[in-house]
Amino acid sequence: MFYRETGQYKTTYEADQQLFPILQDRLFVIAVLAFAFAVVPLVASEYLLRAILVPFLILSLAAIGLNILVGYCGQVSLGTGGFMAVGAYAAYNLAVRIPDLNLLVVFVLAGLAATLVGILFGLPSLRIKGFYLAVATLAAQFFLDWAFARIKWFTHDSSSGSVSAPPLAIFGWLVDSPAEKYLLVLGFVCVFALAARNLVRGAIGRSWMAMRDMDVAAEVIGIRPLYAKVTAFAVSSFFVGLAGALWAFVYLGAWEPLAFDVNRSFQLLFMVIIGGLGSILGSFLGAAFIVILPLALNQLPGWLGIPMSTALISHIEFMVFGSLIVFFLVVEPHGLARLWAVGKEKLRLWPFPH
Amino acid sequence: MSAGKFFQQRGMTWVLLGLLALGAVAPLVVGGARLPQWLEVVLGGLMSGVLYSLVAIGLVLIFKASGVFNFAQGAMVLFAALSLVRLMAWMPLPVALAVTVAMMVALAWLIERLVLRPLVNQEPIVLFMATLGVTYFLDGFGQTLWGSDIYTLDVGMPKEPKILLENVFEGGILVGMEDVIAALIAAILVGALALFFQKTGTGRALRAVADDHQAAQSIGIPLGRIWVIVWSVAGIVALVAGIIWGSKLGVQFSLQLIALKALPVVILGGFTSIPGAIVGGLIIGLGEKISEVYLGPMLGGGIENWFAYVLALVFLLVRPEGLFGERHIDRV
Amino acid sequence: MSGAREAGPVILAVGGISLAFGGVKALSEVGFDVREHEVRAIIGPNGAGKSSMLNVINGVYRPQQGRITYLGETREEMEPHFAASHGIARTFQSLALFKGMSVLDNLLAGRNLLMRTNLLLQALRIGPALREEVAHRRRVEEIIDFLEIQHVRKTPVGRLPYGLQKRVDLGRALAAEPRVLLLDEPMAGMNVEEKQDMCRFILDVNDEFGTTIVLIEHDMGVVMDISDRVVVLDYGRKIGDGTPDEVRSNQAVIDAYLGVQH
Repeated sequence: MFYRETGQYKTTYEADQQLFPILQDRLFVIAVLAFAFAVVPLVASEYLLRAILVPFLILSLAAIGLNILVGYCGQVSLGTGGFMAVGAYAAYNLAVRIPDLNLLVVFVLAGLAATLVGILFGLPSLRIKGFYLAVATLAAQFFLDWAFARIKWFTHDSSSGSVSAPPLAIFGWLVDSPAEKYLLVLGFVCVFALAARNLVRGAIGRSWMAMRDMDVAAEVIGIRPLYAKVTAFAVSSFFVGLAGALWAFVYLGAWEPLAFDVNRSFQLLFMVIIGGLGSILGSFLGAAFIVILPLALNQLPGWLGIPMSTALISHIEFMVFGSLIVFFLVVEPHGLARLWAVGKEKLRLWPFPH
Repeated sequence: MSAGKFFQQRGMTWVLLGLLALGAVAPLVVGGARLPQWLEVVLGGLMSGVLYSLVAIGLVLIFKASGVFNFAQGAMVLFAALSLVRLMAWMPLPVALAVTVAMMVALAWLIERLVLRPLVNQEPIVLFMATLGVTYFLDGFGQTLWGSDIYTLDVGMPKEPKILLENVFEGGILVGMEDVIAALIAAILVGALALFFQKTGTGRALRAVADDHQAAQSIGIPLGRIWVIVWSVAGIVALVAGIIWGSKLGVQFSLQLIALKALPVVILGGFTSIPGAIVGGLIIGLGEKISEVYLGPMLGGGIENWFAYVLALVFLLVRPEGLFGERHIDRV
Repeated sequence: MSGAREAGPVILAVGGISLAFGGVKALSEVGFDVREHEVRAIIGPNGAGKSSMLNVINGVYRPQQGRITYLGETREEMEPHFAASHGIARTFQSLALFKGMSVLDNLLAGRNLLMRTNLLLQALRIGPALREEVAHRRRVEEIIDFLEIQHVRKTPVGRLPYGLQKRVDLGRALAAEPRVLLLDEPMAGMNVEEKQDMCRFILDVNDEFGTTIVLIEHDMGVVMDISDRVVVLDYGRKIGDGTPDEVRSNQAVIDAYLGVQH
């Protein structure tokens, strides 16, 4: 009823290959973007911007990065937190040691630093697969945790081990209100989500998915495993590193290595599984879900009228996450993104489903 | 086999093991470490290696029988230890033990029903991620049920250390009695498992399942029941590991992180080999302790958080199937 | 017999190939040649080493002994990327498609080798990257038309019935515009009609594009009908080589198929 592509005939392959081939989809995306850029900053409360939207957007970016690696290329990583930390500390060192450097450049260079480290730890993926690789990335996580906590150079000899970001100024624009921070992050996320979408539907994306689905056949049709896997690690780490820099500078402001520990890695992996493996949209849905769920659980005692300690709530959160992971893997491996697609399909046929 | 091929397959492994051995004695030769102190470190390392092995054996059992790389083994250790220590407040030790074992069996049954059965024939990596979910669930569930404080577990293990070889070295060397008992228990457990696997019908069925799921099923071995048994055995092994770790360090959340070290252990030893789990555990325990004591101060300390993992990573690159693992060929 | 083509010079030759897995010998001292534009069949009982032979030709397996001459260059073992980038494509006996990808993406992946734009342009999807995607899409659509799979072009391959998957597998190999096409039992598990379709596709490829075809097949009727020359393997050894008629009257071949005590 609301959703018909009937009558929209494509006459060129360009038209068939555009990002959203269906007119309604295009209009919907434009409306969402217009709302996000123009309306939200004006009407949203400071709490909503600072505590929900900014972390949601940054974690979406990191989840996109991880999804490229896990969902598209089939390489499981438990070191995402460590790569975020590389981005964060690279940005910190660049900003502190080269004060005149434009902050946008700092963020991009931070992403590139994570890319280098990602490639280094991604090289073993040529010889090892599956959970072997997962344990290898765990090695990266613990090593990076240790390096940022113990090697004084990274923290600029800060005595407590915690560091704080310099003020956020870009071309003279001082980003300090929650609305401005939100707009900055939103801009980054839009640009890079689009880039990710382009990559995964282009030649390189096909070679990642080919490695994921059937690596021997991929090699036989001329895809180089080395190139495919290393680029997946590189692109993924770039996104994750950039997200780490934003997380540190825009969301946290001041942080210590614990902000990027192994639990962050698990959290991101869960976002990707719940949101949908191999889906850019799913990365957003998963991030939204995992940011909102704890907030909703915190409201639970109020709704039920039962007093609960914060420790208990966090334990319940663990249980809910654990059950959901198993649930999604069993029932809907393509996650929320698939549920969304099914809903759209239903809507397309409604009210005459036959 | 030509010399070149031999070197490719085994040579690098021996070179690596040789380097490790050199690294282990290096503090004596170049670091100026005193022999008794060094011996204490070595013994301490081997003892914690035994404990890593205990967790790793659970991992290997499950991997062999169900092809699942069970990330939740550490969570099972914590859950078992927590259950036992809290139940002991209510009932005598033997009853508490029995109830905990029953809980681990129930857990195995639930996992088979809710996780393994629906995911049968899925790719190994999907099952691995499912066990991540089980880990989170079990952590949350255990602490919701039993609380999240640090509990002291006392099952009557001797605490006081003993001094050995007093007549050889001045002052002798200090050995924790509970470590010795832990090693004994581990040895008994491994012996019992070996008997169980070799001599009983269930053990034979287990080995058949480990070889080929479908073939085993086709000759009438009930896959589901075998999985419940294996996961129960792994749960009991986890309980034993939990008791020993718990009485040493107290039952607390950080047990989980220690138990996670079993992952590099099985990578080093090979996923399918119980001897591999033991040797791997000893190498990791020893390497970690020696590097922490003699190398740590140079690097700012805390390197035991990553040493095991990086060691396993290096091994993976040289010998992807682990020391005792089986090499397999990709067929098209 | 497929009539119109003229077999050209030798394009691919293997000699003295021996391959073993651990103690199991898969191939011993096997050698034969393939002429340009011909349809060359490899037959033999199960476990004769036919698939292993194809895997040696495109570099998936590395033989312990022997040499492979392709396009006049002799080497001890093939490298998969070299084979693919120099015009050797193949299909698989047990389907090895990219199940999570659409038919279109599977075929486009077959052309990945021919795509040149760099990562940055692909991320921006402007200029050359966009033009390239569209140009290759056009070529792939021709193959989709040829194989008559237009109606499923955007369906994930994992959801297609077996017969169609076999066609997609062929399509992916064709997408690379190969000079030599290795087909590993393209008709296994098909009914008579599907087999006829597949035969037609194979002969059309051979006719229209002049593609050299190396084919493993169990259906003797098919083999005798469409191939120019046949190699017979048994227990990893070559026991016969020649035109279908020669092979049919070869005593060793008859023994292998009818079962004579060795």
